[in-house]
Amino acid sequence: MTYAIEGNTGRWTVVVGLEVHAQVVSESKLFSGASACYGGEPNDQVSLVDAAFPGLLPVINAHCVEQAVRTGLGLRARINRHSVFARKNYFYADLPQGYQISQFDKPIVGEGHLVLDMPDGSSRTVGIERLHLEQDAGKSIHDQVPGASLIDLNRAGIALMEIVSHPDLRAPDEAGAYLRKLRSILRYLGTCDGNMEEGSLRCDVNVSVRREGEEGLRTRCEIKNVNSVRFVMQAIEVEARRQVEVWESGGEVLQETRLFDPSRGETRSMRSKEHAHDYRYFPDPDLLPLELDEEFISKVRATLPELPDEKKERFIADYGLTPYDASVLVVDQANADFFEEVAKDRDGKLAANWVINNLFGALSKAGLSLAESPVTSGALGRLLDLMTSDVINGRIAKDVFEIMMETGAEAEAIVEERGLRQVTDTGAIEAAIDEVIAANPDKVEEVRSGKDKLLGWFVGQVMKGTGGKANPAVVNDLLRKKILG
Amino acid sequence: MALDKTTVANIAFLARIDIPEDRQETLARELSSILTWVEQLEQVDTQGVEPMASVANLALSWRPDAVTDGGCVDDVLSNAPEKNSNCFVVPRMVE
Repeated sequence: MTYAIEGNTGRWTVVVGLEVHAQVVSESKLFSGASACYGGEPNDQVSLVDAAFPGLLPVINAHCVEQAVRTGLGLRARINRHSVFARKNYFYADLPQGYQISQFDKPIVGEGHLVLDMPDGSSRTVGIERLHLEQDAGKSIHDQVPGASLIDLNRAGIALMEIVSHPDLRAPDEAGAYLRKLRSILRYLGTCDGNMEEGSLRCDVNVSVRREGEEGLRTRCEIKNVNSVRFVMQAIEVEARRQVEVWESGGEVLQETRLFDPSRGETRSMRSKEHAHDYRYFPDPDLLPLELDEEFISKVRATLPELPDEKKERFIADYGLTPYDASVLVVDQANADFFEEVAKDRDGKLAANWVINNLFGALSKAGLSLAESPVTSGALGRLLDLMTSDVINGRIAKDVFEIMMETGAEAEAIVEERGLRQVTDTGAIEAAIDEVIAANPDKVEEVRSGKDKLLGWFVGQVMKGTGGKANPAVVNDLLRKKILG
Repeated sequence: MALDKTTVANIAFLARIDIPEDRQETLARELSSILTWVEQLEQVDTQGVEPMASVANLALSWRPDAVTDGGCVDDVLSNAPEKNSNCFVVPRMVE
């Protein structure tokens, strides 16, 4: 189903493109030797270059260049062997130079693409227009001194990768899937930690609407600095609805920068940015063009890890997983590794099922991360072994797993200590069956006269009679024999 | 290329330079004549000539990723008209 907004005059669809600013993982800044660490005392991680003192020159950080190339390769993008740094001029208190060193018409990375994994298991490819390197600005603090703002330049000059998508997204949940996938790839590559709360990943959202079936694009608005996946999705929804109302009431959507206010669920025009689009870009005379040779690019390519898409394909092929289960497991490298440890020499589907439904479910309920899990991959694997070797049945396994989550004990110890071994002794099961049959002669008659469904009730009663420990298949067999002959 | 008064006023605003109304006409004339002078360069035929980034054919120099600078708050803030908690104090700027 395509996403659409029901207006008063018909259905409207939405067109979305995202600009993501991803902070590069590096020790020092893009053009200075000051620390790029998060936090720190105000203005303590600032060199005189970052503070725009005159007479100092920017010198590029080799690792940041490598990180940008690495990200480009991970996005299956063209790496431009010749790129140029340009000055983007604007006036703001957190930008001491009066310009941001960025890249304009010659970015370091060109066209690429990213595959979205949708919740229904389907995939969709979204185009990446470009990736370029640029400097971050400083931080403003507004709530400490009345009538004034404080400026901390620790963040000023840290390397950012601006990653621009094509306007290929058609629904809020596609935008959400795009951001999650991009974050996942960046984390696999180790080029950005993807932490949206700390601002290492920030998102500007371009939104326009058009009538269903309409060709061409209408005027778009840019919503600045939306800082969570959920807010990105909400912002698109409310902004699209606003634009539909404007068009339908005979007005015109103006190209402008807007701000999303989650507490009010609305977007507002940012008047201060009215002039901001006149950036007067020109090549930075302090920096020569950035030239990369094939050898450098190959070296970076040789160190790329297995990425989520490849891992997903491998999980489907090697473990027989569904595309959905595979995509859930590969989002995070640690999750994928954990699964592979559990699945090694075992049934992959069973392992995936337990990791996703039981373990992840229990962890999220307990508010724990995978690293804090009381149940290790080895311990979970040994629990599955007890099940597949018929020492315990599936129902008991769930109980044992709960105890493992609480105590961190080994499955086998729990089973022995609490006498949870599956009863396969047919004598004991038969005795339990006889008891149930004797107590319910009327129900026995009903089954015999064709009410097959009641057999399930009998199985339940017998399981109860054996403390849940009977082998359900054996119970079923014996019951049929005894009642139906 | 001729700049008009409105363009001059806009450039001034972008650079946050306060140029009084009565100075704008003169500035427009002066800037226009500078531009016209520079435009003489357009007479040179540059067909097939690659843009040049440096006269000395130098390559951009790269530095290793190491922390070698910072930790000089006093120097950084030395020109600040006003400071507070080791930050620059500026007029309140919030939407």
